[in-house]
Amino acid sequence: MFGINYEVGVPMIDNDVARQNNVVDSRPDAVQNRFGFLSKPPSREELVTNNGIILYLEDVTLSFDGFKALSDLTLYVEVGELRCIIGPNGAGKTTLMDVITGKTRPDSGSAFYGQTIDLLQMSEPQIATLGIGRKFQKPTVFEQHSVLENLELAMKSDKRVWVSLFKQLTGQEKDRIEEVLNLIGLTDFPRKMAGSLSHGQKQWLEIGMLLMQDPLLLLVDEPVAGMTQQESEATAELLTSLAGEHSVVVVEHDMEFVRSIARQVTVLHEGSVLAEGAFDVVQEDPIVREVYLGSS
Amino acid sequence: MLISRLLDHEKGGWAFLAVLLAAIVVVPIANLLIPEDSVFHLSTYMVTLLGKYLCYALLAIALDLVWGYCGILSLGHGAFFALGGYAMGMYLMRQVGSRGVYGHPELPDFMVFLDWDSLPWYWLGFDQFWFAMLMVMLVPGLLAFVFGWLAFRSRVSGVYLSIMTQALTYALMLAFFRNEMGFGGNNGLTDFKDILGSSLQTDFTRIVLFVSSAVALAAGYLLCRYIVTSKLGRVVTAVRDAEARTRFIGYRVEFYQVWIFTVSAVIAGIAGALYVPQVGIINPSEFQPLNSIELVVWVALGGRGTLYGAALGAGLVNYVKTILTGALPEIWLFVLGTLFVVVTVFLPKGVVGVWHQLRSRGTHD
Repeated sequence: MFGINYEVGVPMIDNDVARQNNVVDSRPDAVQNRFGFLSKPPSREELVTNNGIILYLEDVTLSFDGFKALSDLTLYVEVGELRCIIGPNGAGKTTLMDVITGKTRPDSGSAFYGQTIDLLQMSEPQIATLGIGRKFQKPTVFEQHSVLENLELAMKSDKRVWVSLFKQLTGQEKDRIEEVLNLIGLTDFPRKMAGSLSHGQKQWLEIGMLLMQDPLLLLVDEPVAGMTQQESEATAELLTSLAGEHSVVVVEHDMEFVRSIARQVTVLHEGSVLAEGAFDVVQEDPIVREVYLGSS
Repeated sequence: MLISRLLDHEKGGWAFLAVLLAAIVVVPIANLLIPEDSVFHLSTYMVTLLGKYLCYALLAIALDLVWGYCGILSLGHGAFFALGGYAMGMYLMRQVGSRGVYGHPELPDFMVFLDWDSLPWYWLGFDQFWFAMLMVMLVPGLLAFVFGWLAFRSRVSGVYLSIMTQALTYALMLAFFRNEMGFGGNNGLTDFKDILGSSLQTDFTRIVLFVSSAVALAAGYLLCRYIVTSKLGRVVTAVRDAEARTRFIGYRVEFYQVWIFTVSAVIAGIAGALYVPQVGIINPSEFQPLNSIELVVWVALGGRGTLYGAALGAGLVNYVKTILTGALPEIWLFVLGTLFVVVTVFLPKGVVGVWHQLRSRGTHD
């Protein structure tokens, strides 16, 4: 009876544990000690050297049952950049996120975080502690906790049991929560139950929860799906304000939204990069127009 | 002050503590000082009965801690209660000394009857009160720790966990029924004489036991309050609501579950230890699966996830049970079943929930 996972929806994490156990030991000692699961994640200075690139994906290929979800995809994300990834359905956008966060392993190619950390050798929780935060499409916040408590729970801190029992927020931590509340525009109701927030507010709270972990790289999957026009605008503002401090990669369908935030756009098509550049330039590209923006 | 921080915005909690405090003051006076012919006199029978309810209330709080706050529906919490009770019973047996029916200086009667010539190793040390009290906490705690570790590490949860806890208490019941186990078999442990040198039959000892139960209940309540208002409490509630998400933001969920399950079992064990000297017997029927299910009904009826609601539920259901099993014993199980259905269907938040609803309706008008 033991050893069987009865819960639907989490088996992926079981794989992680197994993977973690296998992989952690096979990594070189130096890396393991420096970036092990419980040790301190690398700082921005450690990660980024002279060329200002935080994420390197090179020749990443991944196929599912013969279908090439990603083929020789090469993508670099710079420090502090706000990058939008667009592309038709099945272009590999979500798969790309999965590869970066360790949920899926590519068949070949490489993925590096900074110049030294090989993401393909890391488990999901390890990657999360390294400072790569991901927001999923469907917002999942702790509905029975207040906004404040949600942020507190997500905060980067010692998460062991006995520590939690006696934990009191320090002034610095309170300031940080205040700061994030401000950023995500929920300052007015820190004590409100997260379950009673609107859809848009839940999305922002979840972004706030990501920010509490001080990520250097934020991956945001379809942030404005199901949002009102007004909420979309606020989200655009939020994401633009995060760039600079963090590198933000947004996957989005809503072209209006992409236009409003994007400085750099990457167009994916059939698992590889079709075009890259400023939104207006990419939009005028005839091939892009043909495959994605419609023939008009 | 710590207590006021723990009970911030918790009026029910204040009321609960106030009632306990009043009981600690009034019950001894009404029993010991007020003459027997007065209407205000409280019989020793009633004192013991109330003391028993207090132990049940402590047990209910222990279950509420894991079920109400961490979403672990244990259908075997009676096992931890009974184990604590047995540890206390073993101490009380050793206190009997040579006053047993067979007059053996060391062996309890049932061992003499079984022709044993010396105490089994696991009975050693139980003549010391401190050792017995240590075991009261250690044995249930250790069992919960090992069981919880195996279960939570393997991500067993929900109904599967409930079934396993039910099996756990059933297995223990069968084991304790066996004479060879050395715990008195079917009859269990009984015919106790003294506790800490004073006779269990005197009114004074009964009052001391009552007051100890009330103090333990108050302390248990405050301890649980401390836990659920700490960050740890928020983490376990997060586990209850979205386990995978909690794991994703870096908490080792299984450690939290094992921790809270173990603490709860220790509290249940203490409740059992206070219960046994008051009722004067502990036998394998305390391990009955039905007991643990009844316990769930107390918590559900009182109001899950409020702690004091669980205590209230324990008191209410047991009061009804005392009256009914006296007047119409055969219908008690039907009443219990009906209560369970009515609570799940109509009172999902229990009596406390109804109270809150009425009050908020009152303030809106």
